[in-house]
Amino acid sequence: MARSSVIVTGAGVAGLSCALELSERGLAVAVVERGHALGDGCCSWMAGGMLAPWCERASTEPEVAAWGAEAIDWWSRRYAGTERQGSLVVAQPRDATDLTRFAHRTERFRWLEGDAIAGLEPALAGRFRRALFFPDEAHLDPRGALAALAGELGRRGVTIEFGVEHPARASANEIVVDCRGYAARDLLPDLRGVRGEMVVVRSPDVALSRPVRLLHPRLPLYIVPRGNGLFMIGATMIESERRGPVSVRSAMELLSAAYALHPAFGEAEIVELGADLRPAFPDNLPQLRRNGRVLHANGLFRHGFLLAPTLARWVADAITREDFESEVSHADIPQRRRA
Amino acid sequence: MLYGVELSSRLLLGTARYPSPAVLERAIKASGAQIVTVSLRREGGASRAGQSFWSFVQSLGLRVLPNTAGCHSVQEAVTTAHMARELFDTKWIKLEVIGDADTLQPDVFGLVEAAGILTQDGFEVFPYTTEDLVVADRLLEAGCRVLMPWGAPIGSARGLNNVYGLRSLRAHFPDIPLIVDAGLGVPSHAAAAMELGYDAVLLNTAVAEAGDPVAMARAFALAVEAGRTAFLAQPLEPRDMAQPSTPVIGKAALERFSN
Repeated sequence: MARSSVIVTGAGVAGLSCALELSERGLAVAVVERGHALGDGCCSWMAGGMLAPWCERASTEPEVAAWGAEAIDWWSRRYAGTERQGSLVVAQPRDATDLTRFAHRTERFRWLEGDAIAGLEPALAGRFRRALFFPDEAHLDPRGALAALAGELGRRGVTIEFGVEHPARASANEIVVDCRGYAARDLLPDLRGVRGEMVVVRSPDVALSRPVRLLHPRLPLYIVPRGNGLFMIGATMIESERRGPVSVRSAMELLSAAYALHPAFGEAEIVELGADLRPAFPDNLPQLRRNGRVLHANGLFRHGFLLAPTLARWVADAITREDFESEVSHADIPQRRRA
Repeated sequence: MLYGVELSSRLLLGTARYPSPAVLERAIKASGAQIVTVSLRREGGASRAGQSFWSFVQSLGLRVLPNTAGCHSVQEAVTTAHMARELFDTKWIKLEVIGDADTLQPDVFGLVEAAGILTQDGFEVFPYTTEDLVVADRLLEAGCRVLMPWGAPIGSARGLNNVYGLRSLRAHFPDIPLIVDAGLGVPSHAAAAMELGYDAVLLNTAVAEAGDPVAMARAFALAVEAGRTAFLAQPLEPRDMAQPSTPVIGKAALERFSN
C-alpha cells in the first residue's frame, strides 16, 4: 500500500468523507479549508441531508441510485443521528398524476392510502389521499453529520486547518485531493454552479418523522425534519451562479410548499434563509479526475451527502492501489473519469 | 422560414428541466432541432449569473430563441427581452406574458401590448398565444410575423385541446408561420399538429421529463416528419359511410371463374 501522506482541500462533505475514508484505510491525512470554521462558505452546510437514492431516480441517471444505496450504511456507521425512517412523497389532489409519474420512474416504494399515511405521519392525517413511501431511505442533519465527521477525524489525529487556501503545489511525497466544490472551477473549467435556496423554520405545532416531498408541476420541494421543531425546506434548482441572498420569489415558493403541506407552518418562525451553489459537471454526476499528484473529487451536484461516500471510496481506492505511485510518474492524466 | 431565416427542422426544443446539460445536448442532437429556447427570467436575476448554462447552450451552435417565461407583466417581459438581446446577441424573442399562475395561460392583452413595444424596439417577436383569431390578428397588427398558439397549457401533456380552433387559425393565416407551442405530451400530438398544416412545433417538458429524453426527442422528430409529409401528401377527409377500397361488383365474376 502507498504510504504517502494526503492533503485534502475543502472541509465540506466531500473533503471530510474522503479524509475519513483515507484515514480509516490507514493513510496519513490532513485537511485544509479556506473558510474559518466548519461550514463556513461551504454548500454542504445548506444541504437537505436526504439519503434518498430511490426517490432521486425520478430525475437522475440510474448511477445515482446505485451509488447512493451505499450511503445509508456508510452514514449510519459514522453518524448516530442518521435516521432510517424512509421518506414520503405526496401531491395535492390536482397534481395526482405527478405522483403516478413519480412512481413510474422510481423503485422500492409502496403506495399508501389515507389511513396508512396518518399511521406514519399523524400530522398529515386527512391531508392527502395517496402517498408513496420509500421505507429504505434515510435522512440526517447535515451540520450534525459534518461535525460528527470532524470529531471522528480529530480522534484519529487528522487535523483540519482553517483559513488555508488550496496549496499551489504539494511536496513531492504528498498527494492532494481537491474537494473544494465550486471553488475548484479555477482548475475544472466544465464545472458549473447550480443555485439552490433553502429555508429553515421552527414550528412547535407540526411533527414529522421523515422527509416529505411535495410534488408540484413547477416547484417540487421537500421538507426535512431536523428535530427540536426545526424543519429545512428546500430547495430551488436554478441554472445560475449568483451567490446572493434568497429571492422573494424563491422564498415564497418554499414557504408556500410548507404551508400547502400543513397550514400550521403558517405560524412557524423563519429561522434562516440560505443560498449557495452546487458544483456540477455537465452530466450532473460526480467525477474523479487525476492530474499528476492531484486528484479532483467533485461534481456532487445536489447529492452531496448521498454520493460523498461513493466519491470517498473512489478516492481511497485510487490512492491505495498498488500502482498509484508508478502511475504518478507517468505524465499527467487529465480528465480521467471514474463515473 | 422564420423572420427570413430558412430552417430545415420543424421541431423547436426548450432547454429546461432536463436531468443534466449532458442529456439536454444528446436530446437536442437526437431531435435534429436547429432552434432552442432559453429562459432568462429565473436564471437571470440582477447579476445575470446564468452564464455557465447559457454559454453551454450557446456552445451547441444552434440558433437560440430566448424567452420571457415566467413574466407576468408587460414591463417584466420587455425588460427581460432587452436583457436577452444583449446576452444572446439576437433580435429574436419568444414572448410570454403569463396571465394566470395556475394554468400559465397567456395574458393576451399584455401580450399584444408587449409585442407592439418590442417590435418598435426592433425585436422579431414569437408570441406565445392562445388559438384566438382576433388576438392573432392584433398580434400581426402589432408587427409579429410568426404566431405560436398553445396546444394546451404549458407542461400539461394534453395535446391539441382545440383542434377546431387551431384548424381555423391555419385557414385564416395561410401565409404566416404557425408553430404549436406548449401542451404536447406524446409524438402523436406533434404529428396531429403537423397534419393540420402547422409549420412547426415547440416543446420542452414532453422530452425533458420523459424517462429517456434522448429517445423521446427522436420520437418527436420522427412524428414531426411524418405529420409534415402527411400534410403535404393531402390526407383524406373523414366521411360518414364506408368506402370500400376494392369494387364490390367484381365478386360475381370471381364466383363465375371459380365455377
